[in-house]
Amino acid sequence: MTTKRVTLLILAIIVIASPFFFPSNYYYRVGSLIFVNGLAVTGMVILIGYAGQISLGHAGFAGIGGYACALAPVHLGLHPGLAAILGAAISGALAWAVGRPVLRLKGYYLAVATLGLGILVSMVLANEAWLTRGPDGIEVPDLGLNDLLEAVGIDLSNSQFWYFFSGLVLVIGAWVALNLYDSPTGRALRALHGSEIAARTVGIDVARLKLQAFVISAIYASLSGSLLALQNKFITPDVAGFMHSIEMVTMAVLGGVGSVLGAFFGATILTTLPQVLTVFQEYEQILLGLVMMLCMIFMREGLLPSILRALRGKDK
Amino acid sequence: MTTLLEVSGLGITFGGLKAVNDVSFRVNPGEIVSVIGPNGAGKTTLFNMISGVYIPSEGSVKLDGQDVTGWDPFLLARRGLSRTFQNLQIFQTMTVLENAVAGFHLQEKGPLLADLLHLPSMKARARTAEAEARALLDRVRLGNAAEKEASSLSYGALKRLEIARALALKPRVLLLDEPAAGCNAVETEEIDHLIAEVAASGVAILLVEHDMKMVMRISNHIVVLDHGEKIAEGEPAVVSRDPKVIEAYLGPDSQVEATHA
Repeated sequence: MTTKRVTLLILAIIVIASPFFFPSNYYYRVGSLIFVNGLAVTGMVILIGYAGQISLGHAGFAGIGGYACALAPVHLGLHPGLAAILGAAISGALAWAVGRPVLRLKGYYLAVATLGLGILVSMVLANEAWLTRGPDGIEVPDLGLNDLLEAVGIDLSNSQFWYFFSGLVLVIGAWVALNLYDSPTGRALRALHGSEIAARTVGIDVARLKLQAFVISAIYASLSGSLLALQNKFITPDVAGFMHSIEMVTMAVLGGVGSVLGAFFGATILTTLPQVLTVFQEYEQILLGLVMMLCMIFMREGLLPSILRALRGKDK
Repeated sequence: MTTLLEVSGLGITFGGLKAVNDVSFRVNPGEIVSVIGPNGAGKTTLFNMISGVYIPSEGSVKLDGQDVTGWDPFLLARRGLSRTFQNLQIFQTMTVLENAVAGFHLQEKGPLLADLLHLPSMKARARTAEAEARALLDRVRLGNAAEKEASSLSYGALKRLEIARALALKPRVLLLDEPAAGCNAVETEEIDHLIAEVAASGVAILLVEHDMKMVMRISNHIVVLDHGEKIAEGEPAVVSRDPKVIEAYLGPDSQVEATHA
């Protein structure tokens, strides 16, 4: 079986089977948060893992996706689902416009430039209170899909619905990312990651391809922001904040930035670990930082690739 | 026969230092032209200017009559110029096959949406590219290594992989920067045959190589550089007897060796 099928199968099994082990309804909520983060991190895999570019501002796109769901239904009369698509289009267009000059930069210059982009978006969301109602946040209308399901006889609680819906979107997002990996564009992205000069000499338009990866990953982030806003029915500028951008990168790198499944594990660990570590109360943040440092020191490739390598080593 | 590659008065200055100065020559279809010269003579710099990696300070590069001076390498690739590198530029984390398929990028690329959704049109393009890449790998004796990670290959094998990747573009002009470096006698001979074969198919080949036996054997024409300037050019037999060349490149004591080579 190909990596693509194995990954999709594992993700589907996780989404479907996990609820059998949930002791309470609260776990649906944690699960859907993992899937929402997993979606954004899948976009980071395309940007960082495939194309070798960095962004410390992708939460800005999550903010655009989230606020699109809050604002477009009220001001434009759009259905919240269409608002999410509008948000993705705006995020993609912004990524395209900003990416053109910014992606000429490399390494930490690119990191700082994208950082600026993320901060800019979160500042606008926090300060333009006439539109966004400022730092306190704004309510988001209901997607209405759960009511539709109820009408046809599928009765899910709100958190159950969002668990399965986010899971479905994640699996679709993973499918698209895995398709991209094994395609001419994906090969070209990985090629320019390996050697930019060699990529150019085989005719790859490096600037254009980096831009495509940047736009695609921005759309992933935007959709994850929309999903978050829709299930919380509320959104604050924090979604676009610097910490959220860092979280996206950290989840991807921690899990293993080269693989979609690895990134999902990164998202799982960094979403659940803070909840688990709350028993340590004031030491929570210290322990979280410690776990992350140890992971990077001893498993530099990321958790999943390192574990797979260790398992393979044992077989021999 | 029309000239495919025409270099005239090419020069570049790095921080006030003229690395290459006023170099001119031409390469016709099916011809193998070698650029030789001692280390630091400016051979790779010349290659980098022709292939668009460096932008020349003066002079021009014409590809099939069109002025392409300072064009980006990816545009030159689209006009039929491809190259290999002295210090390997392999896509390390990709398999040998994927490295070769990447060479077919211009042939297999299509709409982004087809790639994201794995539409049948994309699969057809990728299948054709893969089949051609496998045939190319067989041609450079890497067919059995197709599924291996590129980074696991030996130096000589990687050199052949780079040549295969450059050939994947079906170039009209091929620049080879030390294709036989680090190869043993048998491998060198293989590369020899391959280059001759490619030239015979009508490709204009520009070669930088330190293996003088190979250069003398396969070149139609030799351009000699020293300190960034062209000091001689001509047929191998003529160049190898040129006193200026012997002194500059082979050293004063190497005359006997060179004529035997």
